[in-house]
Parts: sequence; C-alpha cells; structure tokens
Amino acid sequence: MTDHTTRRRRATLTPGQWIGRAVVAVVLAVFTAFFILPIIWLILAPTKTNNELLLSGPFSVGSLDQLAANWNELFAFGGGVFATWLGNSAFYSFAALGITLLVSIPAGYALALIEFKGRRLLLVTTLIVMLIPNTALVLPIFLELSAAKLIGSPLAVILPFSFFPFGVYLTYIYFSTAVSRDLLNAARIDGAGELRVFGQVAMPLATPVIALVGFFSFVGNWNNYFLPFLVVGGQKIPVQVGLSNLLANVPAFNPTTATSIVIQLPTLALATLLSVAPILIIFLFAQRFLVEGMTAGGTKE
Amino acid sequence: MTVISPPAPAGVVPTGRRRPAGRRGTKLNSGQSRYGYLFVSGYTLLLIAFGLLPTLYAVYLAFTRNGAFVGVDNFVRVFNDYRFLPAVAHVALYVLFWLVSLIVFVVILAIVVHGIRVRWLGNSARFLFYIPGAIAGASSVLLWLFVLDPTVSPVSGLLHAMGYESLVNVVAVGNLPVVFTAIAFWAGAGGWIVIMYGALNNISTDVMEAARIDGASHVQTAWHIQLPMLAKWISYMGIMSLAAGTQLFVEPKVLAQATKNVVPEDYSLNQLAYLYAFRQNDFSGSAAISITLLVVALGLSTVFIFRGRLFERD
Repeated sequence: MTDHTTRRRRATLTPGQWIGRAVVAVVLAVFTAFFILPIIWLILAPTKTNNELLLSGPFSVGSLDQLAANWNELFAFGGGVFATWLGNSAFYSFAALGITLLVSIPAGYALALIEFKGRRLLLVTTLIVMLIPNTALVLPIFLELSAAKLIGSPLAVILPFSFFPFGVYLTYIYFSTAVSRDLLNAARIDGAGELRVFGQVAMPLATPVIALVGFFSFVGNWNNYFLPFLVVGGQKIPVQVGLSNLLANVPAFNPTTATSIVIQLPTLALATLLSVAPILIIFLFAQRFLVEGMTAGGTKE
Repeated sequence: MTVISPPAPAGVVPTGRRRPAGRRGTKLNSGQSRYGYLFVSGYTLLLIAFGLLPTLYAVYLAFTRNGAFVGVDNFVRVFNDYRFLPAVAHVALYVLFWLVSLIVFVVILAIVVHGIRVRWLGNSARFLFYIPGAIAGASSVLLWLFVLDPTVSPVSGLLHAMGYESLVNVVAVGNLPVVFTAIAFWAGAGGWIVIMYGALNNISTDVMEAARIDGASHVQTAWHIQLPMLAKWISYMGIMSLAAGTQLFVEPKVLAQATKNVVPEDYSLNQLAYLYAFRQNDFSGSAAISITLLVVALGLSTVFIFRGRLFERD
C-alpha cells in the first residue's frame, strides 16, 4: 500500500496483486477525501468574504482580517446572542456531566461489585434502555415534562441529559473486569467501611472509566439537538438549536428572508465551526485515548 | 444524528451464564446491600424519571383521548393520516440505503485499514475516518448544506458534473435518502470502523499466518476468515443503526428550514410526531407515533440482547 511495503515485495508481486494494491490505494484515498475535505473546507471558509467563497476555489485561503470581520459580524448578531447560546450549551453539558458522573459511577460500581436484591433487574433494564436510540424517548420526555410544567426551565434539559445508562454500563463493565473483588474484600477485612472501600480503593482505580464516561456524556449532550429544541426556547437555547435558527437569516438559503439583519455564508460557516470547536478539540487531544478505549471495548471478549 | 455509537461490546453483554460471581464467602451481605441501594439510588431515580415514566405516560396518552380510554383509536387515526405511509416509506428507504452502505463500506475499510502494515499510516487512517464523529446534530447538517450547495461546495465540480446548479436541485425529495445516508455515514462510520478494527485484532495471528502459508490471497482471507469473525459485530451494527435510522429527525428538520420546505416538514416519522404535538396540539396522536417507534427500538434492542446470549452459548 505504501512505498515501504511495496518496495520490499516488488519481486514477488504479480500483475494481479499490483491491481489489487492500486484498488486499495484508490479506495483509501477516496474515503479519506470524503471524511476530511468537508472539515478542511469548514476551517477555511470563515477566512473569506462572501464573494471569495462563491468565486474563488473551495480550498483557497482568505485572510485573518476577514476572519476577524466575520467573527465580529457573528458575535454582533442579535446583540451577541451567539455567545449566549455557546454559554447555554456549556452550562447544560457541564451540569449534566457533573450529575452523570455523580450517579453513574457509584451505580456501575454497585452493579459490578455489590450483591443486592433487584440488581439483575436493574442491569437488564439498563441494557435495554441503553440500546434504544436516545431520540426514541425525546417526545415522551417532552410530554412528561410538559405535564410537569417544567418546559422552559434549564432543568428540563439538564435532568434528561444526566440520565446516561450507557455510562452506567461502561462503569459496570470496567469494575467487573478490571477490579478484583479480593482487593475490595481485603480492604473490608482491614476494617474499611463500604464508603471508604468505594472512595479510597475503587475510585483511584476508576480514572480511565470516569474519563470515558465523561467524554461520551459531554459529546452526546453538546451535540444533542432534538431534546433542547423541544423543551427550551428564546434566550435559553443551546448552540445546536441556535445554529439552525441562524439559517432563517441567511439570504443565500432563504431568499425571502424578511429580517433586515442578514448573516453571510462565511459567518454561518464560522458559527458551524465554533459550535463544534470544543468537541473537535477534545477529539484531537484525546485521539489516542479514544481510539484505544473504543478498540479495547471491541477486544474485551 | 448519530451520536457517537456506543461501542457496547457484544461479547460482554451480561447474561445469566456468568452472573453468579462469588459473593458467598462474605458475611457482610445485608450491610453491603444497603450500600448497594445507596450507590444505585441516584441513577435509579433518573431511570424512573426519564426512562420508565415517560414511556408509561406516552402509553397512557396513546390509548386515551382527553382522559378517556379509546383503545387503538389514536393509532388508527395516525396510521390513516395521508402523511403516515409516505413517511414510513421515506424512512424505510433511507434506512435501507444507510444499512447497506454501512455494512459494505465499514467492513471493507476496516479490513483494508487492518491490513496496512505501516503503523502510523493505519493509525492516521483510523483517526481521519473517526474525526467527523465530533461533528453531529445540527452542525453536521449545516456543514452538509454547504457541501451540497453547488455554489460554494468543496466538490462543486462534481455536483456541476452531475447536473446540479443549486441546493434546491440537490436536495430534491427523490435524492434525500442518498443525502441523509451520506450525512449519517460521514459522521457515524468512523466509530464503527474503529470497533471493527478492534474485533479484527482479536483474530489470532497464527490463523492468519496459516492461511497465508496455505496460499490464501488477501481477498480469500478476508472472505473466509475475517468476515465470519466479524459477523457478530456486523449484526450489532446493523441492529443499532436500524433502530437509530428510524428516528430520523434533525436532518430533514434543518433541511426543511434551510430550503423553505422544499424538503417537506413531514418527511420522517419523528417529524410527523412533532407536527402532531406542536402544530395540531394532538398529544395523543404524537404519543401514538412515538410509542410505535419506541416499540420498534425496544424490540430490536431486546432481540439483540437475546441473540447476544445465543452467541455466547456457542
């Protein structure tokens, strides 16, 4: 596939194998372009003016000045409402992250290492709910919250976000495979109470799973559109919902736009980029950890 | 859109078989179980509040109208809605396209990437495929609005060559299953490739080596050894994606907003459920659609857990 490997075996390659390698190289190149080009385009677009975006090549680079101009246009829009949306997203995601960790880690720990009545029922329920796509419960949750008169309150976003059965499951798997009961029993024999066993023996061992649960929870909640779209409005919407509201002010997509304030395409691209920037940064820095974590998930048999 | 697909390892789905782990020797059982309840209490409350109660409430709404029990009337009314069958057809076609492309391309890419001998190259390929997973929800749809708009697209040449001059041409209703498939595949495939790659690592090198010595070509090894080993993961991916695909909402919703309803606002089932609740103030009808979708998802996840057990007994 690369010069190294091909050079080493050039002597033994038949024409058929050459064609095979060429096909593989083309497949890889095409798919890499498919996955990556949109992101590169998104990073470059905010540095251009609207005209440059329409007329110059898609991967041409604009200027930093123009980036600043687009930035100012975006943050001036609607009296700085974009910053409010980002703030809302951060608030909802971090609050839910805190609650998720606080309830999921002990729950996964107990399911894995403590025997109690109803444990198996809880485990199976968790599994079934975990495998349901989270959008399946959004409308029922909306109907419930509206009966409870919670619509419009930040709690209507944060509390459902905090319910994260997959996190409990990950913690359960981690504790049942990576931490031995003997270790905990030894601490118990030494006279440590259950709280101390959990806090001082199990917790220090749990850092990797805490990071993994935190990552999935934060990313899922930051990117969630459907639930906050239904349960909060006005100034309380997170950036995902705000982003689609911006569309109404983009003349390129909505020629009939009635408002006098318009958003140009490069500014919309900047808004899209900023809306995913936190997640993109986490991905870049955590790539090894993530790929290993997911691979490990796949190899545990 | 597809959130990061939970890489729930099928092999470790807990089943009855290895359940009773040795807890017998301890005398602390009653004391311990009190702490067990304490530790799971917060999570159990959330599970009840946002898992069980909404389901029960939706069931109640779906079978009543203004508080009176009406049997399956709500379901009949919704199913007879002129928009219902088209929405089912839209979603079914999209799910079909998505599943086929996922199964074919994810498996091929995982096997190809796994076969790369140069380490940094294989690692970078996996990472590059995975990174679009960071961009989900409305953001990914917005990014794809740009990609699909021939006037600004990074692949405008390609779109022009296919005869498209404007966004509205590209997102014509007939093209939507392909468009949604592209968006979903772009954001979701990388995670599955990483998972499949992990599963391929499980195949012992002895087996692969033996096949090579016996003169098996790469294609033969992939077909006769790697593919059967991946079967369990492929079925897992298929079932999860099928369940998620039926939930289609954000993509048509945002596209409808962007194109002033060239993409219809009742394209998918969840959009229809949304219209029932918000446009028609008909919570019962909305609940009936939600329950129908939920039954599909629940059925699939239960079947999978059941099948996971079958796999384990082998």
